[in-house]
Amino acid sequence: MPPRKPEERWIEIGGIDDIPRRGARCVTRPGAALPIAVFRTADDQIFALVDRCPHKAGPLSEGIVQGCAVACPLHGWVIKLDSGEAEAPDEGSTHAVPVKIEAGRIWLEVPVLETCGR
Amino acid sequence: MDGSVFPRERLVVVGNGMAAMRTVEELMARAPDRFAITVIGAEPHPNYNRIMLSSVLAGEKTVDDIVINGRDWYAENDVTLLTGDLVTQIDPAAKTITVAGEAIVYDKLLLGTGSKPLAPPIPGLHLPGVRAFRDIADVDAMVEASVSHKRAVVIGGGLLGLEAAWGLKRRGMSVAVVHLMSTLMERQLDTTAGELLQRDLDARGIAFFTEGQTEEILGEERAEGVQLADGRKIDADLVVLAIGIRPNIDLARAAGLDVNRGLLVGDDMRTSDPDIYAVGECIEHNGQVFGLVAPIWEQAKVCGARLAGDEVAVYVPPPVFTSLKITGVDVFSAGALAAADEADEEITLHDARRGIYKKVILRDNRIVGSVLYGHVVDGPWYVQLMRERTDVSAFRDQLVFGRAFAEQAGAPAPKIDIAAMPDDEQVCDCNGVSKGRICAAISEKGLVTLDAVRAHTKASASCGQCTAKVEAILAHMGGAVAHSADPPMCKCTDLGHDFVRQAIREREFKTVGEVREALGWKMADGCQKCRPALNYYLICTWPESYCDDAQSRFVNERVHANIQKDGTFSVVPRMWGGLTNPRELRAIADVAEKYAIPTVKITGGQRIDLLGVKKEQLPSVWGELNEAGLVSGHAYGKALRTVKTCVGSEWCRFGTQDSTGLGVKIEQMCWGSWTPHKVKLAVSGCPRNCAEATIKDLGVVCVEAGYDIVVGGNGGIEVRVTDHLVRVSTEAEVLEYVGAFMQIYREEARYLERTAPWVARMGIDYVRERIVADASNRHALYQRFLASQRSVQDDPWAKRAAGEAAHEYRVMAELG
Repeated sequence: MPPRKPEERWIEIGGIDDIPRRGARCVTRPGAALPIAVFRTADDQIFALVDRCPHKAGPLSEGIVQGCAVACPLHGWVIKLDSGEAEAPDEGSTHAVPVKIEAGRIWLEVPVLETCGR
Repeated sequence: MDGSVFPRERLVVVGNGMAAMRTVEELMARAPDRFAITVIGAEPHPNYNRIMLSSVLAGEKTVDDIVINGRDWYAENDVTLLTGDLVTQIDPAAKTITVAGEAIVYDKLLLGTGSKPLAPPIPGLHLPGVRAFRDIADVDAMVEASVSHKRAVVIGGGLLGLEAAWGLKRRGMSVAVVHLMSTLMERQLDTTAGELLQRDLDARGIAFFTEGQTEEILGEERAEGVQLADGRKIDADLVVLAIGIRPNIDLARAAGLDVNRGLLVGDDMRTSDPDIYAVGECIEHNGQVFGLVAPIWEQAKVCGARLAGDEVAVYVPPPVFTSLKITGVDVFSAGALAAADEADEEITLHDARRGIYKKVILRDNRIVGSVLYGHVVDGPWYVQLMRERTDVSAFRDQLVFGRAFAEQAGAPAPKIDIAAMPDDEQVCDCNGVSKGRICAAISEKGLVTLDAVRAHTKASASCGQCTAKVEAILAHMGGAVAHSADPPMCKCTDLGHDFVRQAIREREFKTVGEVREALGWKMADGCQKCRPALNYYLICTWPESYCDDAQSRFVNERVHANIQKDGTFSVVPRMWGGLTNPRELRAIADVAEKYAIPTVKITGGQRIDLLGVKKEQLPSVWGELNEAGLVSGHAYGKALRTVKTCVGSEWCRFGTQDSTGLGVKIEQMCWGSWTPHKVKLAVSGCPRNCAEATIKDLGVVCVEAGYDIVVGGNGGIEVRVTDHLVRVSTEAEVLEYVGAFMQIYREEARYLERTAPWVARMGIDYVRERIVADASNRHALYQRFLASQRSVQDDPWAKRAAGEAAHEYRVMAELG
């Protein structure tokens, strides 16, 4: 797939209220093994991460959202939503996807395809 | 910090090794402010674990990994550390020591000057390429040699020599070991174990020259080889001396302290000068000198206590044990190596092909020694039995087969002895964490709580079976182990489960947010530990009015299916009492085919598990199962799981009652109930107990005269047989007891506490008192259970198949 032009990389994926507070929904990409998990915090901040825990590839979108972090459902690693990094003392990170909100709509700057399998 | 106006006494410590620093730690744990402490170390390093040098040499650890106390520890604890300078003089009369030409005054002096490597009286010791194996500088030199040179000879086939040989082999050198005696490690192993060891190391490519006396180290510019007395000659670029150690007592002798082979100390660890103490490899106590860690830790404990003002602590040498740090070679020995005379007995087990050898030496029915090869997990247990002088006659038939066998035969479960536990003993089998790693993390990171140790090391963070050991290690290292009756729920709060529950009830909190705010949670949102717990406590307390918080549910309970490791889910329909029929089976088969469900499995709870279902398929899979009458089995929840039954009097020639029918009635009463942890029930039709009712949370065992109700069993991590609660004569009574037990467990157990640990914690007498003796309380509990069931007996699958919580099962967007 040829690289998109920068101005085309921002894609609207839905409204803030499509995601429950302290919850997440997934966005799939054609040809990509991993969805993007889009999180909504208690105070309505929106973050997006590639849906893969750096520990054992667990689906972060199914985790419990707490503050600006999510606990992976498989083994309880806590991943920071803004950076995708694991909270110490664990180490590792997943890709954080840039997000912008315009008039209650969520836009993602979709990253180059990541095809690593889960 | 010193809060008094009087200046503190000055403690000067000569030696920054394991013995001296452990003593300082023991002292500070008891009397942190008593002394102003100055430590002088000859090596330019902070305090490190000398035992682990072998692992550094073998490339399994780095120097940083084996540091016990980094420099920041000294700063944090207000201990002055001078490294890289030798103490040149002690003046006991003036109470000063001299270091780098300057005098330092002490009130108390602690000597931990360690030992020096023994060198044989042979020519060539001065040549470059000849090293001892004693400190970090030696290891650095050996690693460097392994890069630039090929051949190494290690002189000495004892513990240290073999570890050096293995490390150099791992570094890619060809290695030969010269040993004076005919078998290896003859001070720790008997002939059989020594030969097994030589065979194994030989197979790993190490050459042995036993009964070899080194006559000369050959070479002009640097070491080139070793000449043995019997004429054999071995080429070498590196020669490592590891024939033993001797106490380093030069300073003490020059100061006029009483010395023999080592610096003489009494049981109070004092030298002949009452203000000078000594510990470790430099001392001699009752004619003994020391090279292994266990007695030295004990010395540190006594010396630390004495310095802290304890007038009665005395040193009693513990049993000495050894284990070899060569990956994959398991050797252990403790105490005597063989029967000393006819009064002693030896029990041995020898499986040469598997390379397993075990020997236990008994005197007066007590263990006085043990040698283990190949299978060493029971080593610490034997040491414990030795130390406690346990009479083993009741289980001596099983003794040599190890602790697991012997405890079945009535051996007492020993207390946990951390001092006697070797550093490389694996404490946490789930996560492969050794005692050494836990200790290092505790001291390096200053950890003081179990949670912190779990976070940093993962020890006891998985199945939790080793929690008691980890706590004991923490306590041993000076950490405060809070054995409070109601431990904190999680890191968000210091409050315990019981306290929080009571507050919910009495202060009538109605939402998770309200609880967190009113009780001062440190994190506004809570965490993955407290959120599900609070949600459960509210469900249980306010069954009719509480609105379940889906975002406080673990994923399985939120989406009503079990998440698998690949992110797919499993679906387990309920099969009442384990009964099914052609229509249900046909529906399951159809669904499995239609949705290409990869695995269909019979569960342990008499049901069928469909594994590998994609999340978006769940609502339609459920819808089709619903059509055949199948509903959620709650196999994903902290909830009533199964009621397992046998066929009972309807078919079985032994059956005394209709166990299947009763099981179905119980399951119909209890299904849908949320509980602190999963709940599994069973009904057996006769005492043959084919439904395994006696390892269930609650079991019913039918007898001719009625029904025995048993509770608090578990067949999981820690098997627990149920306690007998009561015998009743009618099914109606069974149902009332089951409901009452479910409800008392729901109301009183802590979240994630199964019935087995709960009954063990409260005692079966308490449960009997509340629901057997107190009939009105039983009846009230039963009624509350039935009331709470009214709001939950509504199939969650049917609701979702009809479109409830649809966002859970659909992606938000598909990018084109």
